[in-house]
This record gives sequence, structure tokens and C-alpha cells, in this order.
Amino acid sequence: MIFMMKMLTGNYASAWGAKLARVKVVAAYPITPQTTIVEKIAEFIANGEFEGRYIRVESEHSAMAACIAAENTGVRTFTATSSQGLALMHEMLHWASGARLPIVMSVVNRALGPPWSIWSDQQDTISQRDTGWIQIYTENNQEVLDSIIMAYRIAENENVLLPIMVIEDAFILSHTMEPVEIPEQEKVDMFLPEYDPRYKLDPAVPMGFGSLVMPEGPFMEYKFKGQEAMENAMNIIDEVDMLYKENFGRSYGGTVEEYRLDGAENVLVIMGSVASTAKDVVDKLRNEGKNVGLVRIRSFRPFPYKRLRYILKNRKSVGVFDRSYTFGYGGALFTEVRSTLYGLSTPVKGYIGGLGGRDITTGLLEKIFMDIIRIGNEGIDRDYEWVGLIGDKRW
Amino acid sequence: MNEFPTPIATVPSTSNKTGGWRTFRPVILYDKCIRCMICWKFCPEPAIKIVSAEKYQAKNAAIAKLDAPEIDYDYCKGCGICANECPVKCIDMVFEEKLEG
Amino acid sequence: MKNLTIPEEEYMLPGHTACLGCGATLAMRYTLKALGKNTIITIPACCWAVIPGVYPSRTLEVPLLYTAFEVTGAAVSGIRQALSAKGIEDVNVVGFAGDGGTADIGIQSLSGAVERGEDIFYIMYDNEAYMNTGIQRSSSTPKGAWTTTTQVGKVRDWKKEKKKNMVEIMAAHGIPYTATASIAFPEDFIKKLEKGKKIKGPKFYHVFSTCPTGWLVSPNKSVEVARLAVDSKVFPLYEVENGIYNITYMPKKEVSVKEYFSLQGRFRHLTEDEINEIQKEVDESWRILIEKEKWSKSLIKV
Ligand SMILES: Cc1ncc(C[n+]2csc(CCOP(=O)(O)OP(=O)(O)O)c2C)c(N)n1
Ligand code: SF4
Ligand code: SF4
Repeated sequence: MIFMMKMLTGNYASAWGAKLARVKVVAAYPITPQTTIVEKIAEFIANGEFEGRYIRVESEHSAMAACIAAENTGVRTFTATSSQGLALMHEMLHWASGARLPIVMSVVNRALGPPWSIWSDQQDTISQRDTGWIQIYTENNQEVLDSIIMAYRIAENENVLLPIMVIEDAFILSHTMEPVEIPEQEKVDMFLPEYDPRYKLDPAVPMGFGSLVMPEGPFMEYKFKGQEAMENAMNIIDEVDMLYKENFGRSYGGTVEEYRLDGAENVLVIMGSVASTAKDVVDKLRNEGKNVGLVRIRSFRPFPYKRLRYILKNRKSVGVFDRSYTFGYGGALFTEVRSTLYGLSTPVKGYIGGLGGRDITTGLLEKIFMDIIRIGNEGIDRDYEWVGLIGDKRW
Repeated sequence: MNEFPTPIATVPSTSNKTGGWRTFRPVILYDKCIRCMICWKFCPEPAIKIVSAEKYQAKNAAIAKLDAPEIDYDYCKGCGICANECPVKCIDMVFEEKLEG
Repeated sequence: MKNLTIPEEEYMLPGHTACLGCGATLAMRYTLKALGKNTIITIPACCWAVIPGVYPSRTLEVPLLYTAFEVTGAAVSGIRQALSAKGIEDVNVVGFAGDGGTADIGIQSLSGAVERGEDIFYIMYDNEAYMNTGIQRSSSTPKGAWTTTTQVGKVRDWKKEKKKNMVEIMAAHGIPYTATASIAFPEDFIKKLEKGKKIKGPKFYHVFSTCPTGWLVSPNKSVEVARLAVDSKVFPLYEVENGIYNITYMPKKEVSVKEYFSLQGRFRHLTEDEINEIQKEVDESWRILIEKEKWSKSLIKV
């Protein structure tokens, strides 16, 4: 077996994923910190190593529109963006999922302005929660590459047919090199057969894609099909993860990664690359005899509520870290986790931090774990709070 | 609902008989018609068919050789463009109620 | 024997839901007659997004991708590139959009597609306002017109700005082919589409399409009004091929702007002086167009 190991940034890993998936059309627009993904693809193309076409569109809105049209024409497509670019796409994100197109998009998490910030937080993707896209949050560069390949397999499944965002953190992953194993093309080809949808734009078959539907027409019924597809995706993400392990030797837990939950009483729920730091903190606290554990949500949509409820149901206390905000209440992950645990006596508390690239240190995470232990013993003091604000002595 | 995951329109609009929209009915006076097909050319539906020359009587032998226009009242909305554009003014617009009565 | 001046084949079915005398449907009918069956079309939000009827109705004999209002240029690019990726080069890829979806909200994606040289047809059917949403002003609404967002009222707030010149904008992109066309001159329009079929790269058509409903025109006058627009030189028929201007129809009789306006309720409020001012502008634009034709043709190397 030819083993190919390369030192890759998360962004290069993403570009490699698209190349290995034999994407036919890429339409993308540059934005920091996503830029090096499209630059890498351009480099592949310039060197004749990428068989797809790259439409150098004039905006992210057009990038998504072009992917939608290309996907409707029956080819595999890819795009990538961040932050303002993702926000600009919003209208077309709904279009892609409503049209049930298995587009895969790399999103490099970056804060939304103002004030301008190019650094990581999850506000951009969380704000797109309700667009009907599957959202997979990754932890390292290998996972970025593997998740892109898995994403096509999941998205193109007849029982799913929904677009997928594969999400990585700005700079921490996007611009940091890690050793990444590049799967063999032949094996990827077996894992991802050529994409040939049953229905596509074809002059031989006059059909109208996306026409007006009246209130008494099947609008709701088709939206319900989308809902069912998301529910289906929940199992399929887990299945594909196992299948990937069989084929490539790596797996990530599917919708949820469980870390040291054996006997864990106080559990933190988190998403993204900060999970790596949190794992170190869990190890340290475990060594000190504290029964802490970690849950990393990989799939925010569909939200793995059944699995999560099962995982968390007998814990003493649960904390949820959100790297995004919804002014007026706690973070989006927090509210999901808490409603997932509705009816159970487990106290659940939200922590909001790491915004605009603010470092989430081991020290901060340790304090959060100590707070989770405390509410496990003393009960909940408040629903949620912001952590790591300058001048806040408590954190 | 069809078997597609998203609504895909496949039923020809011909099942929608727009003739019911009509207030005025265009009536071709074939004895005056020169079969220039200008009415056919400008019908926005299109609701004017081309039928074989013999189907209607013609003004003269030369014209009788030409295929003729025929209005499909299933679809004609009665806009009157044909009557307005006809170079010999051989299309009358007749109030529908009068026709029925 | 058939006495026809345009192709007989129809790719637009009756039973659609356009208003009586709608010019936009004629624009589609002629477009498909010229381009034929081997075509994929994409339509953004506009009257034409509704004309095919509600789901599951279709009125075109070619596949149609409905898309969002401002993305026609991107959508044709996506279709074109996907076909090319599959090795299919002979299908006509057509964007068919209103003036609002083209000259206003969609001008960015159109500009991108044209600049990239995508091998596509873009048809802007110009009914001179946002008709789908009920007759609001667009940048393609002519000076002098009433719309629901440029009302006459007490202070006479009718549209004071001139119509945006899309053909000039396209020509400035260095587009290989762009032309105006009119529903009253189908032979001219179809000829221009035939020409476009032989040209690789973007082709842009600005098609004058009467909207009886929005212009307060009697439906039976739909084609006649469009003809008067051309004859009065309000909307000249010409093409620009690689920078060379060519007027494709020389008005035969003298028609004044006033005469053209007289059939339309949307200009009813204009005074003699106001109409005269517009007439002067029309005359000046026509003079410039003739000069452009002469000048650009003089540049051709023999
Ligand atoms: C982003 C967005 N803004 C506004 C609309 C509402 N809208 C739908 S069609 C339309 C006007 C279309 O005008 P035009 O392109 O001139 O075509 P017409 O309806 O006149 O045929 C508008 C404003 C929309 N669909 N999307
Ligand atoms: S009245 Fe209008 S719709 Fe009817 S045949 Fe004449 S042009 Fe066509
Ligand atoms: S509003 Fe105007 S353009 Fe729209 S369908 Fe009616 S006549 Fe045609």
C-alpha cells in the first residue's frame, strides 16, 4: 500500500478532499481565512491535477448560485467560504437545500463584523442553522479531509440529498500545518462512485425545477421530506463514519464524539478544534481524580438529540460551550442541549466565549469544568454566562 | 406528489384551458383571409394553429394553396392582437355573451 | 404550403398564465423557436417565474431551472460549466430574465458571467418595470413613466431618470455579441439569435416586451406599441458585434414620441413640453447611435 503523508494546513486538506472526490465544478470567491482553499484548487488546476472546472465568480452569492445550477445539471460541486461570504450566501443556502442538492462546502469559521475580525468563532455557521444544511464541525486537519470525502457519501445518499458544510476553525486549523494522510485515489473512487442523479437538467426531458407551489399545493409536504431527510442523515452520518473506518482506518464518532465518558459525572459539550484543548484539560482533571468528560458535537444539524440524551442522561451536571452568541439568550448549542435533556434533573449551564478569535485557554476551560462540578453539587446559579471578558476577575 | 425529493414540474400547461378567460372571441372571416399567418406569428399563447389548406374556403385559388390559420378556442384568451395585426382586417372580435345568446 | 416568416416549431405551450397580450411570452416563444429543443433555460423571479403556471405545470418544452432573483448570470455559468465538465458543448444555455432581474439586482452576476466569457445566451425581456410585484420602477423604466413607485400625484413624481442602456454596458464588457430586439420584429430577433448560435461566448439580447397590464395599454395594441417604439426611435433595433455597431432596422415612416406615448396610460400625465423634452433626448440618442455605427464601421480593416 502506498501511504501518502503530507504536512497540510486545514485549508489544503480541504482542497485535497475536493480533489480526491473528483469534483466537477468549483465556484468560489476568496475571503480570509478561506482563501488558501481556492488558491490550492487553482494550483491543482494550473498543474493539470484537478479534472473539475473552477468558476471564478464575482461573489459568494453567485458562487452558491452557480453550484446550485451546476449540481442541478448533474455534477458534483464544491465551494468554500467564511463569515461575511457565508452570510451573503444566505438566500442561496436555502435554495440549495430546498432543491435537495448534495453540494459540499468547506466553511472556515470566522467572526462576523462589525467590528472587523478575521479570527475564529462560530457565529457565521450558527447563524445558518435553519438553512437546511447539514453542519459537520471538525477538530483537526485530517478530519477536515476525511469529512469532505465522507460528506459527499452522506449528502448523495438517496435518503439524504441535502447539502453539507464541513466546518473548520480559522487559523487554528485553516493555517496550521499538521501531518495528514492522503487516501489513495482508487480507494476514494470506490468509496465515492461517480455522481449521477436521477433528475437533472437535460434537454431530452422538459421539466421545471422549483416552480411556484400554492398553499394547498405540496409545499409543506416537500419541506417535511427535507425534515425526514435530516432525520435519516442522523443515522447515515454514523454509518458512513463506520464505513470510513473500514475503508480508511479512521473514524470520528459520526454525529458525536465521546471522550472519557466512562463514569464521567460532569460533562462539557463543545464543538470545533477547541475540543483538542478541552481533551487535555479532561486528562489533567481526571488525573487529579475529578470525574469529568467531554462530548464533541460533530453534527450540529441534524442535531443528534437521541444519542445525546442517551449519552448525557445520568450525568450529574452538564456544561455547554458556545463560540457564538444569540443576543437575548444563551448560545445556540446550549439551548439545543438543554432542550434535549428536557425533563431530566441534570443541571445544564451555558458558557459563551472565544469570540472574534479570543483564545480559549486551558486555564479558562479548567475554570469552566470546575464550575460544572460546582453546579453538579450546589445546583445551577444562572442559565448561562459570558466567559473570558477582559477585566472579568471570575474568569 | 411525484417521487422526486423536490417539486419538479412535469405536467404540460395544455391541461389549463385558458379559453375561459376570454371576453371577446376572435373570429376569422376566411373569405377575406389572405393566409399571411401574421396572426399566428403574433399570438402570445400561442393559440392559432396552422391547418391544411383545404380545411377552409379561400378568397382565391392562389390563397387556397396555402395552409390556413385556425384559432384554438381552448386557449385563446381574446387579447385581440391577431385582429389588430391582421393586414386585411379579417378577424372580428365578438363579445362572448352575444355568441352564446 | 405554408406562408411563414419564422420557424414553425413551437417550444412554448398554450395554457400558461400570462396576462392577455403579454409581450414577455412572445419574447420566449421567439427565443425558443430560434434556439430549438437542445436548450436549457434558467429563469429568476419575474413574471416568467409565474407564467408557466403553478406546480406541477410546465409550459416549456425544454428543461427550466427556476432560480433566485439576482443570480441568472451565475446560474447560466453553473449550467454551462457543468455541461462542459460532462463534455457536452452543443446545448444552448439560456438565461431569461426581466429588466429588474438584469439591469438592477442581477447586474453583478450578469457582469461576472459576461466578463468570464461564458458561452451562454442572456435574454433580458424588458417590460420596463417590476411587473411581477405590481409595476414598480426599475432602472429600465423610461423617463416620463408612471409606476406604483413613481407616481404622478400632486407633485408629479413620475420617473425623471433616463432608462439604463444595457446594450452599452454589455458592449463595454467587450462582449462578442449584443443586440436589441422587439416582439414586434420577430424575424429580426430570430435572425439575431441565429447569429448568436454561431458565436462562442456570451450573447446578450435586450428584448422590448410590451406589458399591457403595467403600461396601461389595451392588450390588442401590445405588438403595435412595440412597433411604434421602434419606429419612433425610442427603442432602435441594432446589434454590436465585437464593438461594431449595426442598425438592423431603419424606421420607414416618421413617428413621434407623442404618438408612441399616446397609446399608453403610463405617460398620460405628461405635458406637451415634457414630451417635447423627451423627444429631443430620443432624437439625440438616435443621432449618436448613427454616428457610432458610422464611426465603428470605419474602424473595420479592409
Ligand atoms: C432578493 C429579492 N428581492 C425582491 C424580490 C421580489 N421580486 C420578485 S420579482 C420582482 C420584480 C421582477 O421584475 P423584473 O425583473 O423586471 O421582471 P418582471 O416581473 O417585470 O417580468 C421582485 C422585486 C425577490 N424575489 N427577491
Ligand atoms: S385573440 Fe389573442 S390569444 Fe386569441 S388567437 Fe388572437 S392573438 Fe391569440
Ligand atoms: S404583468 Fe405584464 S409582463 Fe407580466 S405577465 Fe402580465 S402582461 Fe406579461
